[in-house]
Amino acid sequence: MSAEARATGLDPREAPILPTFTPDHAAALPGAPWLAQRRVEAAEAFSSSPLPTEKDEVWRYSRIDDLDLERFRPTGSEHPGGDPGPSSSGRLHALVDGLGARSGLVVTINGVLATLSSSVGDDVVVLGRATDHPEGADLLGAVLADPHDFPLLNDAFAIDPVVIDVQAGATVADPVVVVHVVSGAAGGAVFPRTVVRTGAGATAGVIEIVVDADSGLLADAPTDLFSSAGPPVERLVVPVTELKVGDGASLAYVSIQSLGGATWQMAHQASIIGADATLSSYAVALGGSYARLRTDSALMGESGASRLRAAFIGRDDQMLDFRTLQDHRAPRTTSDLLFMGAVADRSHSVYSGLIRVRRGAVKSDAMQTNHNLVLDEGAHADSVPNLDIEENDVKCSHGSTVGPVDEDQRYYLESRGIEPGRAEQLIVAGFFESIADQVPLPGARDLIGRALAERSGVSHG
Amino acid sequence: MSTGELVIEDLRAGIPGREILQGLSLTVRSGEVHAVMGPNGSGKSTLAHVLMGRPGYEVLGGSVTLDGIDLLALPTWQRARAGLFLAMQHPIEVPGVSLVESLTAARQTVPGGPFPDVLERLNAEAARISFDERFLDRSLNVDLSGGERKRNETLQLGVLRPRFAVLDEIDSGLDVDALADVGRRVQEATSEWGLGVLAITHFRRLLDVLRPDVVHVLSGGRVVATGGAELAEIVDRTGYAAYT
Repeated sequence: MSAEARATGLDPREAPILPTFTPDHAAALPGAPWLAQRRVEAAEAFSSSPLPTEKDEVWRYSRIDDLDLERFRPTGSEHPGGDPGPSSSGRLHALVDGLGARSGLVVTINGVLATLSSSVGDDVVVLGRATDHPEGADLLGAVLADPHDFPLLNDAFAIDPVVIDVQAGATVADPVVVVHVVSGAAGGAVFPRTVVRTGAGATAGVIEIVVDADSGLLADAPTDLFSSAGPPVERLVVPVTELKVGDGASLAYVSIQSLGGATWQMAHQASIIGADATLSSYAVALGGSYARLRTDSALMGESGASRLRAAFIGRDDQMLDFRTLQDHRAPRTTSDLLFMGAVADRSHSVYSGLIRVRRGAVKSDAMQTNHNLVLDEGAHADSVPNLDIEENDVKCSHGSTVGPVDEDQRYYLESRGIEPGRAEQLIVAGFFESIADQVPLPGARDLIGRALAERSGVSHG
Repeated sequence: MSTGELVIEDLRAGIPGREILQGLSLTVRSGEVHAVMGPNGSGKSTLAHVLMGRPGYEVLGGSVTLDGIDLLALPTWQRARAGLFLAMQHPIEVPGVSLVESLTAARQTVPGGPFPDVLERLNAEAARISFDERFLDRSLNVDLSGGERKRNETLQLGVLRPRFAVLDEIDSGLDVDALADVGRRVQEATSEWGLGVLAITHFRRLLDVLRPDVVHVLSGGRVVATGGAELAEIVDRTGYAAYT
């Protein structure tokens, strides 16, 4: 705040008055009374707080100042049944079937539940709308208890929050698949919301895909994953996912973002990991104009562990923005983060991550690594690792690389007679293959490997 | 059986601001094994890097030709295509790229045209040096021990069949069995297709399995002594002090 603004009492970051994201709009959405109440409170809180700006540390390097929320309005509730459109529904089935065996399927269209099926009993997984779950009101927000900015907007406008409740002690052999399809006219804002609770001692996997009906993984031609039917449609998509991993439980979570080229995405994935529990998460970022993913992982119980992975490829003018927090709050907790990606054309990636080890989290072990391949001269990657360690007896390491294809690797292949262009192709393909190998759910591995190879412009042969 | 020669003449080279090779000359003919020995800092590894054209090294004078082809005028990959191979002292990790993939790409380029079956040759060569087949699909040099990396380099040499091979301390990190496998394979290549070898080494033990025809002692970036296999024994006994 400038001295002048302070003197006149004018806060330049005055709360926005947005014509489309008002408490009245939130109140008009369908759902149980507790959910309606929750939405209105969130909308009021959002309306009375300032929008973030690039001056805020967590929004540095972002494009938040270019986002004009007035260009968007909540969408989805006008089609309460959900309507994927006949052509994309065939492609949707192909996409989902390509993931292999599954225990359940949830599809939302513009945030509205459209498909719900489960091949396992309620004694294994309870799957469905939060409003249909007896503990829905407690589950929603259990991980993200104190949301700000966009998660708050999600609280206010999520139409059908989805709950995946894995019962204590259950083992779910095949993953539950959740697909959020966004479609329709320009200016639509969609708020997918998913809550996963893995009960004590349970083992489960979840694959969550956020996809544009008209581009990316649902594009017309199966041979070209990234063709688009027409010019990309401007949208705002705010997916929020809460992962609660109970004591002794193990959750593998894979998320794939395949949005259109004119979409703003503000995604938030928050997790709480209990004692002796393990979260293995893997995020893939492919589409979007500005696509942000915030990953907050809190290790709350002794000997809990997280393995956080992300793979991304930027093209054209897009910006892929990753913010991570590895929050060690209990002794002997382990976190291992590796975010790897490439930027091509004039695209830009941001990685900003914090390892936080709280007092008392003794003998914790945290690793944070970010590798960025810069494939074209006009492309750019920022990497900002940070540590905040309040405890002595801990092990922390972080590192990052930003640069073109490694000169030594190219030299090695060239010394075998491989020409430079081919050597570079092999190295880039290898870079993505080595990270695709780490996808924790085998069913998603092929799709991710193929998507990364195609998007990076290299395929094997 | 190829016949030809790798001729290094009055080679001066180094890293920016520092001349390390100060007029080095030697000639290796097809089928011959030459050993280059020398103390640390004598320029042995620089010689290997400069011959293959590693980025970061610069040539200040002299020439290197392979059957009359001016190697120094060529980029690395064309030097390889001309028939030069470097078994690196520290083979570089290339994540996600397997031996099979890289050799499939490289097979197009070997002297004499592409050979028919990469896998067949790869498996045969792996068996000859006891290289574990489960490493064949693994990323190049990733999660390999020092010794496995050297076997891997030797394996590639066997598959690609270059005309001349520079072995940069291929004996370092090898146990006795691996040393015997690697040394024998290279020795056999000299008669199989007339491979010419420039074996850079710090110690004599490699030369017990890979018998040199000629031994050069390198010091201060120059060849200061040249002799037969007996020179390696003398150096081993008396050290390099007499040559520095």
